[in-house]
Amino acid sequence: MNEAPAIVVRDLTRKFGGFTAVDRITFEVHAGEVFGFLGANGAGKTTAIRMLTALLAPTSGQAMVAGHDVYREAEQIKCDIGYMSQRFSLYEDLTVRENIRLYGGIYDLTDRQIHDRTTRMLAQLGLEHAADQFVRAIPLGWRQKLAFSVALLHEPKIVFLDEPTSGVDPITRRQFWELIYEAAARGTTVLVTTHYLDEAEYCDRISIMVAGRIAAIGTPGELKKKFDASSIDEIFVRLARPAAASEARK
Amino acid sequence: MKALLGLLRKEVYHILRDRRTLVVIILLPVVQVVIFGYAIRTDVEHVRLAIVDPAPDATTLAIRNRFEAAGVFRTVAVLPRMDGLEPLFERGAAQGAVVFEPGLAEKLARGLPAQILIVSDATEPNTGSIVQAYAAAVVQQYSRELGAPRRAGIRIVPTVRMRFNPTRQSSNLFVPGLMAFVLTIISSLMTAISLTREKETGTMEALLVSPLRPWQIIVGKVTPYLVVGFVSVIGVILEARLIFHVPLRGSVALLLFEGLLFILVSLSLGILISARTSSQRVAMMGALIGTMLPTMLLSGFIFPLESMPAPLRAISYVVPARWFVLVARGIMLKGIGLAYLWPATLVLIAMALLLLTASTRSFHERLES
Repeated sequence: MNEAPAIVVRDLTRKFGGFTAVDRITFEVHAGEVFGFLGANGAGKTTAIRMLTALLAPTSGQAMVAGHDVYREAEQIKCDIGYMSQRFSLYEDLTVRENIRLYGGIYDLTDRQIHDRTTRMLAQLGLEHAADQFVRAIPLGWRQKLAFSVALLHEPKIVFLDEPTSGVDPITRRQFWELIYEAAARGTTVLVTTHYLDEAEYCDRISIMVAGRIAAIGTPGELKKKFDASSIDEIFVRLARPAAASEARK
Repeated sequence: MKALLGLLRKEVYHILRDRRTLVVIILLPVVQVVIFGYAIRTDVEHVRLAIVDPAPDATTLAIRNRFEAAGVFRTVAVLPRMDGLEPLFERGAAQGAVVFEPGLAEKLARGLPAQILIVSDATEPNTGSIVQAYAAAVVQQYSRELGAPRRAGIRIVPTVRMRFNPTRQSSNLFVPGLMAFVLTIISSLMTAISLTREKETGTMEALLVSPLRPWQIIVGKVTPYLVVGFVSVIGVILEARLIFHVPLRGSVALLLFEGLLFILVSLSLGILISARTSSQRVAMMGALIGTMLPTMLLSGFIFPLESMPAPLRAISYVVPARWFVLVARGIMLKGIGLAYLWPATLVLIAMALLLLTASTRSFHERLES
């Protein structure tokens, strides 16, 4: 990991009127790393991701994604990143193959590339038999894995996963994480948000956001040592609770 | 370009695979025009008429025959006295009444003024005054024929000519307006729903993080629905001709072009609505209320704009249907062309451009503000 960092964020801030959703966060994500982005609902995770995926302009601060500036080079960023959210990104009334073709076209792949990658992807997922089925007809777990693979179709440098595993069973979650590791092994940087704190342990490094700020950042091992806790869950509750309590007083 | 073709192909799949919706989208305007076309009319026919004739004589019988022969009236009761009339009006059994005074023929013969009372139910003022006018016309016609010249110095006989719609068919007036009404609703609904559906399912986010430009997303959405809307336009025009026999005196090509333009305006309005809402239900309400009320009230489709107070008339200028109603009536009834219709056409083009630009911008805003 001696390459340039995949994501560099300095004092990134986003305000909505008087409310500061993201408050001067600073962190780096190394190339090829699996970075866990944790935080309670409303902690500012989604706002931060929206800024990094060039969907939302920051109020202040700097951010470089895949070497491009979020203010000036949104178009280049969009070509270099993949994105998958919990509400997923496939069209249910298109077949698996049609979905792949659509996104291949959107990312300007050649017909040859689309054809080759479709074959490879379906083989990797073991979905050859379902290639011409409508997406709505295949089980949720498969759909999620498919959505992830489609997000990687154009071989982005960085992939953003916004709670990709919510609502799937534990076995599918394991399989999903195997896909994440495979992508990371191929050199793709992965930034993933999750609600499942056991998943945090699978990440190379994690950050925990509380009320718009990054309250802790490091490898799971470092954090457990620093906070003298046995699990990420324990750290999370300890960090998140004061904020929740003060929120309740308002 | 390739990305755009992919988007278009995807949208065509959406439309073709949702057969039920497609059938509804195409047939709904046609069905609505039939229903509204028959429901909304101001033609007064089969007026229920009561006659009070205390002493029938040659004159009263002649006038009664005239009423029967006019074709508009249907005599429901002949009464000897006035007091039977009130209950008939109260029950709605009679909409109009003609009351003769006794000894009518005799008075006329002696050259005395004779009186006939015409009563109409003005609960519905329009119908009431039309009944009144028809009845008065029947009586006047008769008295003229009797030879009023005895008393007349100079007689002015006005000759009336109703242009463009000589039989005063209300369907000729309403059907072009109805076309605007149903096309604008269905078009704005189509894009509003289909875009918010993408927001709800999350696919919109995937499109937004992709290198696609907002204008590509919008063109990819609008184009296929423009085709669907155009099929509806053709259906509705055919129907106006074949079922309601509304004349089409002007250029068919021009009418189709204006129809397409009007659909584009409505589709763009739907996109703008969807850009401001996040659920299909809200978008549907927005599209319905945003198009139905202004089109119904402020397009001149039912209520004449000339009789509205100035502020309302000012608002009507921003209602796209107002311009399309003007254009459709002009082409269908008057047979006029762009020589007269260019201002309205320009307004529609400007509205389309404005709405498309605004919706492209609202995509940007979502991204940036």
